Amino acid sequence: MDWTLIISRAAEAGIGTETVIYALAAIGLNVHFGYTGLLNFGQAAFLAVGAYAIAVTVSTFGLPFFLGVAIGLALAIVLALLLGIPTLRLRADYLAIVTIAAAEIVRLVVRAVALRDTFGGTDGLQGFSDSFYSLNPYPAGQYELGSIIGFDHRTMWVLTVGWVLVAISCFLIYLLMKSPWGRVLKAIREDEDAVRSLGKNVFSYKMQSLMIGGVIGSLAGFIFALSRAAVQPDLFSTELTFYAYTVLILGGAARILGPVVGAAIFWALLVLITTGLEEAVRAGVITFITTNQVGAIRFMLVGLGLMLLLIFRPQGIFGDKREIALDAR
Amino acid sequence: MHADEAAADRSPKAAGHTPQAPTDGNRGAHATAAFAGLATEPGVAKPDPILVVDNVVRRFGGLTAVDVEHVEIQRGSITALIGPNGAGKTTFFNQLTGFDSADAGQWTFNGRRINGLAAHKIARIGMVRTFQLTKALSKLTVLENMRLGAQKQIGESFLRALIPSLWRDQEDEITQRAEELLTRFKLDAKRGDFAGSLSGGQRKLLEMARALMVGPELVMLDEPMAGVNPALTQSLLGHVKDLREQGMTVLFVEHDMDMVRDISDWVVVMAQGQVIAEGPPGTIMSDTRVVDAYLGAHHDTPLSAEEEERQLAEAEAELEAKAAQEPGPDSPETDATAQEGAGR
Repeated sequence: MDWTLIISRAAEAGIGTETVIYALAAIGLNVHFGYTGLLNFGQAAFLAVGAYAIAVTVSTFGLPFFLGVAIGLALAIVLALLLGIPTLRLRADYLAIVTIAAAEIVRLVVRAVALRDTFGGTDGLQGFSDSFYSLNPYPAGQYELGSIIGFDHRTMWVLTVGWVLVAISCFLIYLLMKSPWGRVLKAIREDEDAVRSLGKNVFSYKMQSLMIGGVIGSLAGFIFALSRAAVQPDLFSTELTFYAYTVLILGGAARILGPVVGAAIFWALLVLITTGLEEAVRAGVITFITTNQVGAIRFMLVGLGLMLLLIFRPQGIFGDKREIALDAR
Repeated sequence: MHADEAAADRSPKAAGHTPQAPTDGNRGAHATAAFAGLATEPGVAKPDPILVVDNVVRRFGGLTAVDVEHVEIQRGSITALIGPNGAGKTTFFNQLTGFDSADAGQWTFNGRRINGLAAHKIARIGMVRTFQLTKALSKLTVLENMRLGAQKQIGESFLRALIPSLWRDQEDEITQRAEELLTRFKLDAKRGDFAGSLSGGQRKLLEMARALMVGPELVMLDEPMAGVNPALTQSLLGHVKDLREQGMTVLFVEHDMDMVRDISDWVVVMAQGQVIAEGPPGTIMSDTRVVDAYLGAHHDTPLSAEEEERQLAEAEAELEAKAAQEPGPDSPETDATAQEGAGR
């Protein structure tokens, strides 16, 4: 067994593009669910909006890349409004139902045959990331970080932009949640009627929360599209949202760095188990499965790990145990 | 907009800074005097009403939960709203504060029509409520709970929240006001604890203190004493009287008659959604309309042993017949009957 390979793959995954994408998606969800208590099960839709905004603007209409970015951010806000206006006045579970449906609607629209000329159908769109990579300051080549991790110049550029976005988002959330604005959000999570009785416009705050979390989700969509230099509709299924929730709960909801650490651990662990199992099968240490079966088994093991985490550390890695104790009262 | 400003102008008064607020109990005597010689009819006009309610109706399907023709709440007094279970007190409360809609009717606060106004706007113009089931914001600290109550916070707007120097001074001011109130309510030792870790009585205190952070003119307390131990009840009573001393008006819903007698200046009695009587606390409970509402109109007719047995047998036969007819307790008919029963 090649332990160096296993460790280096896991370490690369821990800071890689997947981690960046899921960290951003989960930071957005953290604003919704962790701080405001909004059950948004359609975060994938915000990612899809971001990713497709760039792709359609550049490859379908041949417009500049940064216009695509602006459109993506604007559309994320529009989507938040569309989701929020009918549901935010209702009970929390309505938002959950509407968001999960909306995410599927967005996915089915972009994969529709009738709109193939615009969105590219099931094949998606390619060839929109040239202007992004033309800004790449890293000369072509392989870059070694430490002794075991290495990325090519394109990945380095995506990761640089991605981690800068993660850092900016975290700092933004830090400032917001320290402020009276964040206090209103957290209070809404606890009991919105109490907040209303204190003269705060709960609907407006929930809407702001939905928008900010959605915009951060669309940033994840940008990175998703650019890292692959392609978009496909089926990448934005509800699975993506549920992984983002997993990441959030793993790291600890309502903690600034919870989603980031959660994403890093989730992907490092997943790759560690995958590569570890593959290597073990190849080396003949494990004989009862084939390398083809590893893909399914890794999720079983990750699932088991998450269950153990929730049993022994329900507050997540960064969570505060005192808060969980309050729930039990 | 100027309603907001008015709320801000009032806030120092709420914190107890107003110099003209007498602290020697004058206001209690003054409030009692205001009610002297008033008729005990429902809807009687008060000399200086802060809240005037007209023809408010709320129906849940076929059940009319609230049907109040006319009620006035005297400024600077403590008014109790009492009534048997299911009389519609809390629904009426919810309607007045914008937490439930009214099917008909209008009401004015300081002469301004506020029916149809959203709950948060009603709170902003100075009419602040608490809840029957205490709503402490569990995962916020006691101090954060208090700070939340302050109005017109610069840092509560999204963009300004990002620049702490804009709101830090105001936050310090709010914190100071919160600490003063916490000291008054003897919660200062708990300031850093999660509100969820407080006892039931302490939560009631916190909720009241938090409502005061809004700077209200009219404080509406929904069963402030429910589930509070007797020792703490005395302290809560003191705080309610204190509100009047500071120039606020109090309207509260309560079941406990001893408490009502002790602190209220005027009592409004509701039954089956209607105001059936009003009057001073000393005499209201001997009013026949009130006695009938609480105990039933025939409560004092003697009941012979044979009559009692006959009624019991009838009731049992009825129950058995029902049980034989209906398959389970979840059938809609049973539910409807239960709801109607609660309404009475």
